[in-house]
Amino acid sequence: MYSEKVMDHFTHPRNVGEIENPDGVGEVGNTVCGDVMKIFLRIKDDRIEDIKFKTFGCGAAIATSSMVTELVIGKTLQEAKEISNKTVAEALGGLPCQKMHCSNLAADALHAAIDDYHKKQKVSG
Amino acid sequence: MRRVYLDHAATTAVHPEVLQTMLPYLQDQFGNPSSIYSWGREAKAAIENARAQVAVLINADPSEIIFTGSGTEADNFALSGVTDALDQRGAHIITSKIEHHAILHTAEALERKGYKVTYLPVNTEGLVNPETLKEAFTEGTVLVSIMFANNEIGTIEPIAELAQITKEHGALFHTDAVQAVGNLPIDVKQLDIDLLSLSGHKIYGPKGVGALYVRRGTRIKPLLHGGAQERKLRAGTENVPGIVGLGKAAELARLELAERQTHLTELREYLIDGVLSSIDHVRLNGHRSLRLPGNTNFSFEYIEGESLLLSLDLAGIAASSGSACTSGSLEPSHVLMAIGLPHEVAHGSLRLTIGRENTKEDIDYLLSVLPNIVKRLRSMSPLAPKGGLSHVQ
Repeated sequence: MYSEKVMDHFTHPRNVGEIENPDGVGEVGNTVCGDVMKIFLRIKDDRIEDIKFKTFGCGAAIATSSMVTELVIGKTLQEAKEISNKTVAEALGGLPCQKMHCSNLAADALHAAIDDYHKKQKVSG
Repeated sequence: MRRVYLDHAATTAVHPEVLQTMLPYLQDQFGNPSSIYSWGREAKAAIENARAQVAVLINADPSEIIFTGSGTEADNFALSGVTDALDQRGAHIITSKIEHHAILHTAEALERKGYKVTYLPVNTEGLVNPETLKEAFTEGTVLVSIMFANNEIGTIEPIAELAQITKEHGALFHTDAVQAVGNLPIDVKQLDIDLLSLSGHKIYGPKGVGALYVRRGTRIKPLLHGGAQERKLRAGTENVPGIVGLGKAAELARLELAERQTHLTELREYLIDGVLSSIDHVRLNGHRSLRLPGNTNFSFEYIEGESLLLSLDLAGIAASSGSACTSGSLEPSHVLMAIGLPHEVAHGSLRLTIGRENTKEDIDYLLSVLPNIVKRLRSMSPLAPKGGLSHVQ
């Protein structure tokens, strides 16, 4: 049911964990539908210097979280904003169609973390 | 890699003796039971022999057994067939919130036709309270359908009492016993049951065959129209190998019932103790003792069921879960919601169901991999308390 790439990211997820005093945090999903994704960012000179995730959810939720971190680490915030849920799913070699909506939220979590970073910048600036 | 099958509530392997009994009916004895020549007569005799084997398992008369294509069909037949036959008497049925979808979706279809359906609640252990049944009857109640034992959490319902109350209110009592038959002693006469559904592939028989017990004198109309098979109650040329297989499986279940119950209960208790003593923040769903001998169902807090199943599958272990991902909808299992679990706890459920071929070594293998899987998934979970969880050693 899952591609090899999804299973690889599920069994060997990249960048799991938390960042202490992160520059941005994004959380999406809810426990009702069974997926919660949290992304932590360290930003330097408008670039994603470090990114970590924690996810409660199915195989697809964990794999998409892992994949999004791999796609954007070292990228500028502008580049990261262009990553969509669809980009993540494609990078994983596709997801079963019933998973496209419920568990494919990793880019949303990333964007929420970037928004959080901008908000914090405004407050401190 | 070691492979351990712990999903016997989903389906079971055909018993070797069952397979041997079936084989001739796929080849040399392939006749149509409705034919009058020897091939047909042999097939007919084989079906009647199977009917007697199924009947004796539940203490019914052979004439009260109608073969169907599945347990689901038997459930559909019971609900639709009885309401259809009794539509002049009333249009209300009573069932429970934790029935299998074969019952619930049939009840919903009846609602769309104008029937009223009462869905009885269950307590936190999954038990229907007989008092709530008493209060649910109306003038037009024609049928009560309560499962014998639940397929997810294994809870065994107070069937004798529920059937008795139903009789006092002049309605018919049906029970979906697909999970219970072959695992628990069942006597339809003693329990005063009017209709009972069972399935072949849950009791080491083949898939694609089931049966409905219909007490003599009970009015019921057929689902399928066609030939005169099954006393005109189930048209279609009989699945002779399947029926013969179900008959043999029923016979073996009767002969081995006590032995199977002891074996399964021992392994179940070993599994439950092993999980509860090696993993923290886990709850056993269902009733502690009024439980199918081979059923266990746990909820592991902070993790989700499908990732648990994937991880177990990578270790060669087959199990199932009531999470949304595995139920094919956005909602976790209706059974786990009905016993009052919060969503996130329902999503973290794991059902492990033991069968006759499982050994203590199988359970030891499960117990050697499960704690680490749970630990790994919790280490990734944003819901787990900070600093991780202590695991009982």
